[in-house]
Amino acid sequence: MLWNEFKKPKDIEKILSALTKYDKEIRIMEICGTHTVSIAKSGIKGILPKNIKLISGPGCPVCVTPTERIDDILFLSKNKDVLIATYGDMIRVTGSIDGTSLEKRKAEGFDIRVVYSPLDAVKIAQCCKDKEVVFIGIGFETTAPSTAIAIERAINEGVNNFSVFSLHKMVEPVLRKLINMNDFNIDGFLCPGNVAVIIGEEGFRFLEIEFKIPSVICGFEAGDIIYSIYRLIQMRENKDFKLENEYIRAVKQKGNEIARNIMNKYFEPCDDIWRGIGWIENSGLKLKDEYIQYDAVKKFNLDLNPYKNNDFCSCGEVIKGKIDPRECKLFSTVCTIENPKGPCMVSSEGACAAAYKYSD
Amino acid sequence: MDDIITLSYGSGGRKTSELIEDIILPHFRNEELSKLKDGAVLEGFEKMVFSTDSFVVNPYFFPGGDIGKLSVCGTVNDICMCGGEPRYLSLSFIIEEGFKTKDFLRIIESIEKTAKMCNVEVVTGDTKVVEKGKGDGIFINTSGIGTLKYDFLGEDRMKDGDLVIVTGNIGDHGVAVMLEREQLFTGINLVSDCRPLNVLSKEILYFKENIKIMRDPTRGGLATTLNEFVEGLELGIELYEDRLPVSNEVNTACEILGIDPLYSANEGKITAVVSPDIAEELIEKLRKTEGGEKAAIIGKVTSNHKGRVTLKTEIGGTRILTKLSGMQLPRIC
Repeated sequence: MLWNEFKKPKDIEKILSALTKYDKEIRIMEICGTHTVSIAKSGIKGILPKNIKLISGPGCPVCVTPTERIDDILFLSKNKDVLIATYGDMIRVTGSIDGTSLEKRKAEGFDIRVVYSPLDAVKIAQCCKDKEVVFIGIGFETTAPSTAIAIERAINEGVNNFSVFSLHKMVEPVLRKLINMNDFNIDGFLCPGNVAVIIGEEGFRFLEIEFKIPSVICGFEAGDIIYSIYRLIQMRENKDFKLENEYIRAVKQKGNEIARNIMNKYFEPCDDIWRGIGWIENSGLKLKDEYIQYDAVKKFNLDLNPYKNNDFCSCGEVIKGKIDPRECKLFSTVCTIENPKGPCMVSSEGACAAAYKYSD
Repeated sequence: MDDIITLSYGSGGRKTSELIEDIILPHFRNEELSKLKDGAVLEGFEKMVFSTDSFVVNPYFFPGGDIGKLSVCGTVNDICMCGGEPRYLSLSFIIEEGFKTKDFLRIIESIEKTAKMCNVEVVTGDTKVVEKGKGDGIFINTSGIGTLKYDFLGEDRMKDGDLVIVTGNIGDHGVAVMLEREQLFTGINLVSDCRPLNVLSKEILYFKENIKIMRDPTRGGLATTLNEFVEGLELGIELYEDRLPVSNEVNTACEILGIDPLYSANEGKITAVVSPDIAEELIEKLRKTEGGEKAAIIGKVTSNHKGRVTLKTEIGGTRILTKLSGMQLPRIC
């Protein structure tokens, strides 16, 4: 395999050996789905003693998208004039009616395309002038700037048959919501390095200043994660509750201002629904009024489904870190990777998919 | 010949004859095929191996190969993996109306070249043309017959302590096709490993009964094939991450795309379970053979976990490798 110094850095054995001797219970939340997958793939849980508990958080964008919005997208996808362009993970997520998904719509003959970049969606719009191309904008501060760039490209190149269905969300509001829940019992956060690349160390500073929760901005290789867990434990032992940046090779104190500027040029915060959690004030990103013609919801006069929260599976509880995927009654019986029911099993970054694929 | 293939080339009439006689036949002329009868009469078998495969890869030209080369390798390799020596192929096309004749000729030439390399003859075939929008350029089916030379291969012969080998870097084909198809990024030069495995398989089978089972890990990748080896058995396989040969290009592309080289297709690799007595010698031999330069011992058969494949990670963790499930990959073969 590729020798990558961050997968297995020098002296990692010493840190691992220190971790295996740690005998107090500590609950650490990895906020981001990419961390969840990396932890599972490298077998970190198996090396750590059982008292160091790693809990997946609300950082998988597909997973936190509520069923109501999936239903809205599925409704839109039936419009014969519409071509849906989306990241691959979205196409298998089912709506409130079991078995409906964009993948199914595609098989029925509706035009659904998987793209790797929102700019590809703009290109499709330039080629397919008889179609209204709707890009499903999903993800946190990591992907929202790319969606903004696509909108800018569409404006600059006069592409009028392109719009965005924004499901973009922000990390800080959901963390605040989790921390303020009565039964919050997390001792430390592994913060997503990719989000921090954009919002900077400063974007997570509130964890230290307002809440005094040990937090480490963490890269995505096994070595990054093990070292960060070690630092969280040390902080707790020394009662030194602060925010540290382990991912200094990518994350600057102030983040990426250019990316934030373009995101803020086209998007503004709005109240948004999170699966299993409900409405969170100013937690989503919607297009600003002056760019309304690129907002698919407005363009197609969509009457969005009201939030009902009657999901049949426990993805909501998994996202909040309240239960382990294996505690969901559907896990690996009714809900499998081959036939996923909830988004945490559909998304390659979902906690259920990671637990299922890499289970021991 | 027109410069594109129209529906009338599939009509069964004069145009079809033109396509067969002008483009296909000159490349595969042999007694049986030249008769253009409904089938070929073949001789010289006691026990034979028979295999078939269809090819729908998109794009049909990719770095390191094309759908023609792949369609010969795919069937030839399957016969080799069964211990057979490939001899005859059937060759059938489903062509979408509007397909460029020069592209078709390029594919035919590639089939000719590959068939020669493998010492197989195309002895029968078929051509259909479908309406625009009813196909994706071109689909090919080949079936093949070979003489059974080695009849001892089978998972029932694996033993605790046997070693698992692979003949080179894993995941090249799947990633190369994906990159070519999506035109995702520049700067990663990766070619498919698509190649006939008749020579490499012969090198391996030189060790006779010391070879327990072998297969070419195509769709689903190495992890899926190894799972097939131990499914339902009292034995499992343990792989070592630090011994898996993966090129930097594949690793980099996989990291960006979020896919795993262990599940990415190969079209020119063999994985085999072999006796520890000859493993080192075999690897040395393979490394001197074209296409086997990166051969390596990557794991062992164990009775510790039944029917399962596990991976010892570089940092000392363990994870289960299941069969490929629910991944989104382009059509790659």
